[in-house]
Amino acid sequence: MESGFPLLTLTIWLPIVGGIAVLASGDGNRQFTKWMALTFAVLTFVVSLGLWLGFDSSTAQMQFVEHVSWIPSFKVFYHLGVDGISMPLIVLTTFVTIFVVVAGWDVITYRPSQYLAAFLIMEGIMVGVFAALDALLFYVFWEAMLIPMFIIIGVWGGPNRVYATIKFFLFTFFGSVFMLVALIYLYFKAGSFSILDFQALELGMNAQVLIFIAFLLAFAVKVPMFPVHTWLPDAHVEAPTGGSVILAAIMLKIGGYGFLRFSLPIAPDASASLDWLIIAMSLIAVVYIGFVALVQQDMKKLIAYSSIAHMGFVTLGFFIVFSIVRHSGVSTGSVMGIEGGMVQMISHGFISGALFLCVGVLYDRVHSRKIADYGGVINTMPWFGAFLVFFAMSNAGLPGTSGFVGEFMVILAAFRADFWFAFLAATTLVLAAAFTLWMVKRVVFGEVANPQVAALQDLNGREVFNLGALAAAVLLFGLWPAPLVNVMHTTVQNLVTQVGVCKLPAAESAACLRGKPIPVASLAPSADNPF
Amino acid sequence: MEKVYLTIVLAPLIGAIVAGFFGGRIGRRGAHSVSILGVSVSAALSLYTLSRFIWHDEGTFNGTLYTWMVSDGIRFQVGFLVDRLTVLMMATVTFVSLMVHIYTIGYMADDEHNWPHDSKVGTNSYQRFFSYISLFTFAMLMLVMSNNFMQLFFGWEAVGLVSYLLIGFWSVRESAIFANLKAFLVNRVGDFGFILGIAAVAMYFNSMDYKEVFARAPEFAQTQVAVFGGVSLMTLICVLLFIGAMGKSAQVPLHVWLPDSMEGPTPISALIHAATMVTAGVFMVARMSPLYELSDTALSFVMIVGATTALFTGLIGLVQSDIKRVVAYSTLSQLGYMVTAMGASAYAAGIFHLMTHAFFKALLFLAAGSVILAMHHDQDIRNMGALRKYLPITWITFLVGTLALTGFPGLAGSFSKDAIIEAVEESTLYGAHYASVLLTIGVVVTALYSFRLYFLVFHGKERMNDHTRHHLHESPWVVTVPLVALAVLSAVSGWLAIEPLLIGDWFKDAIMVTPAHDTLMKIREEFHGPLQYVIHGLHSEVFYLSMGGMVGAGLIWWFVHSFNPRIDEQIQKYSGPLTWVLVNKYGCDDFNQRVFGGGSQSVGRVFWKGGDEVLIDGAIVNGSAHSVGRLAGLTSRLQTGFLYHYAIAMIVGLVGLLTIFVAL
Repeated sequence: MESGFPLLTLTIWLPIVGGIAVLASGDGNRQFTKWMALTFAVLTFVVSLGLWLGFDSSTAQMQFVEHVSWIPSFKVFYHLGVDGISMPLIVLTTFVTIFVVVAGWDVITYRPSQYLAAFLIMEGIMVGVFAALDALLFYVFWEAMLIPMFIIIGVWGGPNRVYATIKFFLFTFFGSVFMLVALIYLYFKAGSFSILDFQALELGMNAQVLIFIAFLLAFAVKVPMFPVHTWLPDAHVEAPTGGSVILAAIMLKIGGYGFLRFSLPIAPDASASLDWLIIAMSLIAVVYIGFVALVQQDMKKLIAYSSIAHMGFVTLGFFIVFSIVRHSGVSTGSVMGIEGGMVQMISHGFISGALFLCVGVLYDRVHSRKIADYGGVINTMPWFGAFLVFFAMSNAGLPGTSGFVGEFMVILAAFRADFWFAFLAATTLVLAAAFTLWMVKRVVFGEVANPQVAALQDLNGREVFNLGALAAAVLLFGLWPAPLVNVMHTTVQNLVTQVGVCKLPAAESAACLRGKPIPVASLAPSADNPF
Repeated sequence: MEKVYLTIVLAPLIGAIVAGFFGGRIGRRGAHSVSILGVSVSAALSLYTLSRFIWHDEGTFNGTLYTWMVSDGIRFQVGFLVDRLTVLMMATVTFVSLMVHIYTIGYMADDEHNWPHDSKVGTNSYQRFFSYISLFTFAMLMLVMSNNFMQLFFGWEAVGLVSYLLIGFWSVRESAIFANLKAFLVNRVGDFGFILGIAAVAMYFNSMDYKEVFARAPEFAQTQVAVFGGVSLMTLICVLLFIGAMGKSAQVPLHVWLPDSMEGPTPISALIHAATMVTAGVFMVARMSPLYELSDTALSFVMIVGATTALFTGLIGLVQSDIKRVVAYSTLSQLGYMVTAMGASAYAAGIFHLMTHAFFKALLFLAAGSVILAMHHDQDIRNMGALRKYLPITWITFLVGTLALTGFPGLAGSFSKDAIIEAVEESTLYGAHYASVLLTIGVVVTALYSFRLYFLVFHGKERMNDHTRHHLHESPWVVTVPLVALAVLSAVSGWLAIEPLLIGDWFKDAIMVTPAHDTLMKIREEFHGPLQYVIHGLHSEVFYLSMGGMVGAGLIWWFVHSFNPRIDEQIQKYSGPLTWVLVNKYGCDDFNQRVFGGGSQSVGRVFWKGGDEVLIDGAIVNGSAHSVGRLAGLTSRLQTGFLYHYAIAMIVGLVGLLTIFVAL
């Protein structure tokens, strides 16, 4: 479906142009700079809403497609398009960026125009990652994303920012070079860089496994999955508030998106035979990281670890499909698993973003992230306390908030695969509540702990705007997730059908693990064939 | 009727929102008016609905409000099921809630004294409290009126949230914020089982809807699942769901949070931690009776857990000296009775006891609150005594509540508790005999701790200090009116409700009992009107046991106590090891604190320091960075920059190559 108006191009380049303009305006007139940055952020969000409104959720085809030749000699195209998986993530990106801009407004005093510009440019690049349908274009955006983030942490970060930036850069770069190799291999096989061509490619098992592992290295680092997660707490601790918000709310999602766009459809048979690895890594993330989060003394580290645990649900939901089919003979539940993972990504974008903003609110006033430096904050900041308790409850997956929806769907799906998967995943009910609410207890409740807490001022209008808007989103999708799920439904259904078809060449078809394609019909497991 | 039901649910929510967000603007009077208005509307319409069911044979309502989400062929909906079970819960919940709302005006009037002067969170605490209890009413109604598992879980967790907020209401008190975290986490352990139970339902029934699941449940009666070495599907589902109930209804071993929840203000102890929320687990099992009836194993499990809770938590009540904690342990014990009734398939008796208990236990808590007000927030019964002279209304109503609790013939508790004990005797399931013995002993224990409390508080010598004595006075009418209303219900509700609930076919298809489990049959056959039931009760061993307990308590804590005020301490001292066990609550708290609290932190520290920092970062990440560094250091020696090093290398290389070529 070609669309006349280049809406995607506009969503990508509007913030980048805006970023350059903000950069050019310099730090002379702060008022002008910050309002200009906000204008561009809001405009981009409004433009991206056009994607949501114009989206046809009845088809799994790519929409708003733009296809222009870029490097003809290598058949590289400026090829953009969105489906039900990427579109919500784009809107999430443009939505969250608004709050990052607002949060950085008065707080950043060192070269504020460059700070704001970095985030706007970052926004455009991230939208580009989600919208690119040409693998080389995707790779360019993917790597370009590192630059603004590197700068944001490296320039506006905390005292140990150099270690954190290098670690962040090397980890992600290490993963992505393998992805580049895989993409080049696929290019030679397919004769183009089109991701959709890659997905249609017939591939032998060995090739699939190697491709799968190459992608896994890239995406697992981004998500991040256990055991390649250790860069995240360090990066978060050193990053400025806005950097943490973008990192947690959007950048981690790019890893999850990669699994859906590349790993599953390009290498479905390798995914089927290696799904145990992903499931194990995901469940370790939920349980192991849950315990690690419990003992953190730094609020940002705690939320970073909480993010890793929550992203475990995402990858679990994505890769549960094969296990469900193996155990129950039908694919019922796998759509719910993937949709659950998607909902979890969106919801985590709101909640972790909001939690990092909350830490930012305290950090701006007290200049400490240590839990022990606080106590009884609610006595001086009742509105802040209310927001923090609300987001903490969402983080603990309270029904009625968006944090519940994804976890609930993934647990329901995991149960169909194996009782013990669901059992381990459900431990998050206790663990997430324990580490989040224990932090809340020590920071917010109790008697005023020290003179610094006694001197705290409650939220200002800017902060109320940020937290209020995110709280509204969390409540909306918690009380009514249907709009979100409906948008992605057809695409996910199509994806499940796609991964159900064996892609091995005829000579290897005996090794087709799943034999026949998965029937998508919603059949219940028969009474005599449980589990 | 759909609009009526929607109004019943939403009225308290609107009250909560207005009182919560605009409390500062509308002031204290505005906040309590709006939330009381909301709950009054809800209560009036609930009673209207109840009357429709009683006199107009209103049909069951089962309708969807909106579709929450559709995924993978399962429709997740928000909707209401109002049948003969629901309507009883609605009436009980909204009525008790209304009483508690009115009472709160008096109880929380001086709440600013409970906060430090400069605490901003203390400024609108009165309004916030009203907002929370209205929000609770909304959440509880969502729970009982749900027509599907997803919304049940929503209500289930939402009441947990409000309970968390209210236990920790006085957030400057360390004990309060410890207790609310503990309550939430212990409940989450239960919910862990609950959500797995829901997942099992989703897997096999592909539906969240009660009606559909219950209709298809018999198809799966024989299904076995391959977990835990093979169990029946129905047993798995029912036990998992019941683990949720064990958390919410505070059954052993997940009972530990309820006594600590007494850190919250007394009105919510009455509403949430006695009359309504904690009975959610009992309600849930009754609601799921079509599932539980298919698993004898699950029923036995329920019965054994319930009976264990009923006796062993009641015993702890004997050694408590905090007026609210005695009532709290009594609540645990009575919840045990209700749960045991569920296990014996005497759902009707359990719900009957739930209802009567809601009245007399709310009464006891509110009366205890009135005592606490008079005593200037001193809750220690060792400092009370002879309060009947100063608080006549509180005294009489407390006595009514105590008699109802101990099952004095003719008062509400006697009808429902006798029915439970008889039903459990009739049960033939595994563990029924054990349960029967424990419940019967429990009757004496109930009488002992209840009358110990009653005599120590209202009779004997005055033990308070002079300052407190001079200020003792009866509470204002907003406090005493709810007490009287609840006392009247504690007295008459048994007479009114026994015939329809236990004997007649009140519940119809709302509760399912298979003929083999029909333990209430004997009561039905022998029933000839409530009066005869009461007279018949006078010949039962339960009556003698309870009278024995009452007389015994009177002898010790009234008669002996009047000339030996230290008798209570002496009994505890001379029963040494037993007291020690009870005072330490069988070691449950210490065990949890060390093993779960401390243990999980140790595990976390080992994972963090050992796993993340040493293994992954130390050995692999920074380790490989160091290896690269070392390798680079080694290879960098090749480039020394000295010409003669390179010359030597060239010559050695040349010679080496020449040798190889010549040799070849």
